[in-house]
Amino acid sequence: MSEKPKLAVYWAASCGGCEIAVVNLHEKLLDVDAALDFMFCPCLLDTKKKDIEALPDGAIAVTLFNGALRTDENVEMAHLLRRKSQILVAFGSCAKGGCVPALANFSTPEQLLNTVYLDNPSVDNPDSIIPCGTTGFPGGQIHLPGLLGRVKHLAQEVDVDYSIPGCPPESHQIWNVIEVILSGDLPPKGSTIGCGALTVCDDCDRTKQEKRITAFRRNYEFCPEPEICLLEQGMLCMGIATRSGCGAPCTKANMPCTGCYGAPEGISDQGAKMVAALGSVMDIGDTTDLSEDEIAGRVDAFLAAIPDYAGMFYKYTLASSTLGGKR
Amino acid sequence: MTADSVFEPKIIGFLCNWCSYAGADKAGGMQEVYPPNVQVIRLMCSGRVDPQFILSALVKGADGVIILACHPGDCHYKEGNCRALQRHSMLMLMLEQLGVEKERCRLDYVSAGEGEKFNRVVRETVEAVRRLGPFLPAVAIE
Repeated sequence: MSEKPKLAVYWAASCGGCEIAVVNLHEKLLDVDAALDFMFCPCLLDTKKKDIEALPDGAIAVTLFNGALRTDENVEMAHLLRRKSQILVAFGSCAKGGCVPALANFSTPEQLLNTVYLDNPSVDNPDSIIPCGTTGFPGGQIHLPGLLGRVKHLAQEVDVDYSIPGCPPESHQIWNVIEVILSGDLPPKGSTIGCGALTVCDDCDRTKQEKRITAFRRNYEFCPEPEICLLEQGMLCMGIATRSGCGAPCTKANMPCTGCYGAPEGISDQGAKMVAALGSVMDIGDTTDLSEDEIAGRVDAFLAAIPDYAGMFYKYTLASSTLGGKR
Repeated sequence: MTADSVFEPKIIGFLCNWCSYAGADKAGGMQEVYPPNVQVIRLMCSGRVDPQFILSALVKGADGVIILACHPGDCHYKEGNCRALQRHSMLMLMLEQLGVEKERCRLDYVSAGEGEKFNRVVRETVEAVRRLGPFLPAVAIE
């Protein structure tokens, strides 16, 4: 039996990208293994839930919990791992703010099931069968976890010690966090770690000048200049309302930031902050001779270029946003 | 609340210091009756209204929000009201996607002399929100 502190990495409603980010530590994984007993990770290791249940409470030193909470099973595992862990980390944007799984909060569970199993051109389901909690078959019953009414992030269900943002978190930042944990010099509880406090613009090397946007433009419409701020070119780059720490790999690749590191320090709602920022840089031209209705019309015409503001601005944070989703 | 009592909405009003707050003052001076449902927060400019304020008001108990600004061209800081309009228009598109009725978040222009208009905007907003009923955000629904 190893005396090293135990490390667990668990996935709830997630895609597996966070595990890939862990594996992308490359040879540093050997250092992780030297210092920690990497003992639970359903994606990579064969430890089972019953093995975790058999541990004494607090037996795991650190659990990196990725994924949002979509089902009863996700919630059960969140409580189990909270109980068994000394430090529980919301790892990645799903656990921190809901991320892409939480975009389901624009719909009800009934609408989701309807789209996936019934009303969809690619679906062939003549008996209109929808998965349900318990299904009997010759020889027994099988149980499926139920859907929650809406997707939650980890801290909405259990006490979380730290959060690491990112979709997925950058591997160099994961290593930074592991070093901090190994040092024993822990930041205050509740901190967002493995990131900066400022915005992605602080990480981005592009030239930034006076921002006056005469039209919003989408990725497929043009090829942006490589040196100039993407927002100034009309792209809805979310770097301006997104936490720093990633090193701005997207804008380096000529793609706009989509906001995966969530809101910067001190900001409660990333989507609202994007609205605040863009509202100040839109240039609708000279309005001196226009009536109030004509000005409003010009603003509406400007805004019509983008079909889905809420989905775009809350792509990574809908579960943790102020309103939490569609009513 | 009993079945026969009327729902009294709580409205948060963000008013610019230079025009709309003076317009509200004027409405009071005119001694015309208007509903007491609006709780006014005076800001130096409607351009100071961060959309976070509106969302926070809604989840912390407000049933509606009004933002009152100087008329276009009259902003004390030149274009603060224009920014307020642009933010409001964009926020309204998001709020629609989030299932928040547009009557719950109204932007209008009230000058220092328009006591009557302040009175009318408050009456219309209170009645519209009263018809919608209390605001319950998704985060409060399990």
